[in-house]
Amino acid sequence: MIEINNVSKSFGSLEVLKGIDLKVEKGEVLSVIGASGSGKSTLLYCINALEPIQGGEIRVDGIDVHGAKTDVNKLRRHIGMVFQQWNSFPHMTTLENVALAPRIVLGKTKAEAREIAARQLDHVGLGDKLDTYPTNMSGGQQQRLAIARALAMEPDYMLFDEVTSALDPELVGEVLDTLKMLSEEGMTMILVTHEIPFARDVSDRVAFFRQGVIEEIGPPSQVIGDPTSEHTKQFLSNVR
Amino acid sequence: MSESINIAAQSASFFTGFKLNDLWYLAGAAGHTLMIAALAISIGTVFGVFFGWVLSVSRWAGAATLGLVLDMFRSVPLIIQLILFFNFFPIIGLPLNPFAAGTIVLVFYTAALVASVARGGIESVPVTTRKAARSLGLTYWQELFYITFPIGCRSALPAWTGVALGVLKDSALVSVLGYVELLRASQILITRTQQPFIILAIAGAFYFALSFPIARITERLERRWQS
Ligand SMILES: Nc1ncnc2c1ncn2[C@@H]1O[C@H](COP(=O)(O)OP(=O)(O)OP(=O)(O)O)[C@@H](O)[C@H]1O
Ligand SMILES: [Mg+2]
Repeated sequence: MIEINNVSKSFGSLEVLKGIDLKVEKGEVLSVIGASGSGKSTLLYCINALEPIQGGEIRVDGIDVHGAKTDVNKLRRHIGMVFQQWNSFPHMTTLENVALAPRIVLGKTKAEAREIAARQLDHVGLGDKLDTYPTNMSGGQQQRLAIARALAMEPDYMLFDEVTSALDPELVGEVLDTLKMLSEEGMTMILVTHEIPFARDVSDRVAFFRQGVIEEIGPPSQVIGDPTSEHTKQFLSNVR
Repeated sequence: MSESINIAAQSASFFTGFKLNDLWYLAGAAGHTLMIAALAISIGTVFGVFFGWVLSVSRWAGAATLGLVLDMFRSVPLIIQLILFFNFFPIIGLPLNPFAAGTIVLVFYTAALVASVARGGIESVPVTTRKAARSLGLTYWQELFYITFPIGCRSALPAWTGVALGVLKDSALVSVLGYVELLRASQILITRTQQPFIILAIAGAFYFALSFPIARITERLERRWQS
């Protein structure tokens, strides 16, 4: 379970998160929507300690993420993250991209790591691209590579930050299909997205962020289908 | 009549002036150039990468001071540095022979040049790529060695090659300290034989022979990394 209690976060004098409370249960899919700059990405960065927080606390399976004694490298093994930019490692083949962390972080043998990598790449439909370099692949393929790379650590949670926003429209579908597949497999996911129909389709709950606070949260049928907040209504009518 | 005798005398001094032995002498001097340049480039690169990393991570005063010192090494003409340090070492009770003094100065000169190249290479790696690696559980050092250095290396290689070739040529300046490397050896032979043209041509050919492998190897690496 991910528990976020009254978290605040600032960049210098700019307060980006202003007291966020949120619980995500095992197996749940939570979508986060909201205008640009509302703090969605920042929240994901805070959940796996890529950014420090200034107030409140975040616990993942009871572990205080920002605790002074917490081993963040160990914690991050349980939390996979995929970014808007696919961030392939350009000097490695697809297989090496995925096998790296199992080998050097989990201490698997080279053969084990390659086998894990091949399995995960097959899972996201890149089984025929093992020896290809990322620069020779489309954005959609590279984004699926990034998903496989995160999954190879067998995380308990996956954080997705607008993973389709930088893709050409015709490539969005293949990545959304992969996300859908993961949700059906029971992966716990927090999904920052601008794909409202998709969020409505896959999520158990949807949170609408506005200026660093959660304006509205609930099942998709309510938040997207029948929002109570004026701001949510306005945001939804703008993105449609 | 007297003119033709003169020409005959000149060509005689050409053949007796430059002997096969002198070619070996130049080859040995080229070996000295290779040694001093190889030491400077390899040790200087190690230090330079370390300094470049320090510059890329820290904003503390120490890094600013380091930057200033490196700027000095980069901007003061090498010949001045060589003479200054050669005369400075004995003052602090550390009399060094020309080879040692020249190598030390060249190492720092190379390190200063490589530092800014290395810093550029490190900073060419997108921050999100580094964060993506950390999000997989890689430690700071694992990320640095498996991701940032290899990627940064690729983008810094052309500039590093320029530095390495430059240092090879600049090593000629160590001759002012009296160390007999290729340029100094050529000067000695020229004084004796009075045949500057052929000797400088041979010295130039040696410099080319030393540079060529560096240029070729890095060119080939670059092409391989591009695929
Ligand atoms: N590293 C940083 N340093 C300073 N300010 C930052 C940094 N990262 C984000 N911000 C600022 O924090 C605010 C929230 O950014 P964040 O990226 O979390 O928004 P977002 O909701 O993800 O927006 P988008 O939909 O554009 O991705 C923005 O005003 C942004 O400019
Ligand atoms: Mg964002």
